[in-house]
Amino acid sequence: MVFRQVLVFLSIAALMIFASCKKEEGKTTSADVQTVGASSRDSVVSPPKPLKVYSNDTVSVKAYDYAGLEYFLTQKNDTTYVVNFWATWCVPCVEELPHFEKINVNYKENKVKVLLVSLDMVKMIEGKLLPFIKNKQIKSEVLLLRDPDADSWIPKVDSTWSGAIPATVIYNADNRKFYEKSFTYDELEKEISNFK
Amino acid sequence: MKKVKFLTLLLIVGVLAAFTISPAAGGYNVGDTATDFSLKNVDGKMVSLKDMKNAKGYIVVFTCNHCPYAQAYEDRIVALNNKYKALGYPVVAINPNNPEKQKEDSFANMQKRAKDKKFTFPYLLDEGQKIFPQYGATKTPHVYILQKTSKGNVVKYIGAIDDNYEDAKAVKQKYVENAVDALIKGKEVTVKETKAIGCSIKA
Repeated sequence: MVFRQVLVFLSIAALMIFASCKKEEGKTTSADVQTVGASSRDSVVSPPKPLKVYSNDTVSVKAYDYAGLEYFLTQKNDTTYVVNFWATWCVPCVEELPHFEKINVNYKENKVKVLLVSLDMVKMIEGKLLPFIKNKQIKSEVLLLRDPDADSWIPKVDSTWSGAIPATVIYNADNRKFYEKSFTYDELEKEISNFK
Repeated sequence: MKKVKFLTLLLIVGVLAAFTISPAAGGYNVGDTATDFSLKNVDGKMVSLKDMKNAKGYIVVFTCNHCPYAQAYEDRIVALNNKYKALGYPVVAINPNNPEKQKEDSFANMQKRAKDKKFTFPYLLDEGQKIFPQYGATKTPHVYILQKTSKGNVVKYIGAIDDNYEDAKAVKQKYVENAVDALIKGKEVTVKETKAIGCSIKA
């Protein structure tokens, strides 16, 4: 066990050394960055029809199953997409949400788009999710992933995702990276800068 | 010179480690032998796997009080124990969260939750958050099915309880039940690993 921890520590140290060497070259070549699969990229053309649109007096949220959501995870254009999986009841998610909101505002001119994919359960939409979006005045686009067979889609989002949230995918036409972690604003900004 | 050599060695070992250890490093894979533990139950007594002499294996569930996904599965976890304890596979629930980070997951609240939801199985606190990293649990709920063998408690299944967290009535695949049923019949577990959404563990 201790040996394994030492190995992990050493590997992190080595990767950090690598990362700092690579920085000058600009474009990221990290092993985690994968090219978007050609098949999934070409199969979807127009925005899918939501399963349902939930709304109250001021806000509305489109709900998709994973087949629908996939469209938003496979865009191929000049925009970098920051897709955050969250829920209103998830404390670390709610804590990092302002950073995503700030990115969405600060990078609007730089072709960066934030998508907040809520995993709130159906019974929480009216009572929790819609009021949350209204009260916190969330400006980024919020989608609801309504697909309780999680094992069918978690590995499609990323093969390394254990299923814990918060989790984030950052991708553009060329690169894709997955993060099962919480972000500070600076960390998020730094990661996005690798996608330019 | 020595320093350079050491750095090179460090780099090589590091790179090797980076490629040989999967991203799920630090946890069990199916086939590994799982550690036993001695953790405090909601009744104040310490519980270990080895105490359950009649067990043929265990359904170890990392769960907690506060997480809506965990809550959505509470009744189903109770049902699992009611069905499988008599067949030799009792449920052992462990709260992996640090109560200082997540107040709702305090020991007192665990006691309350166990009483309110009529838990029929041990509900243990992973004090110091030492056990869940060894198993590699990352979220609640997160299940490990163990089979007692001569070489120890072997991990036979890791993942979700079933394929619908939202609605127990709409479940199509009962992963845990299927796995335990197979073990009881002396058969190989067919679906050995699944992924489920859960609340990240607050250590």
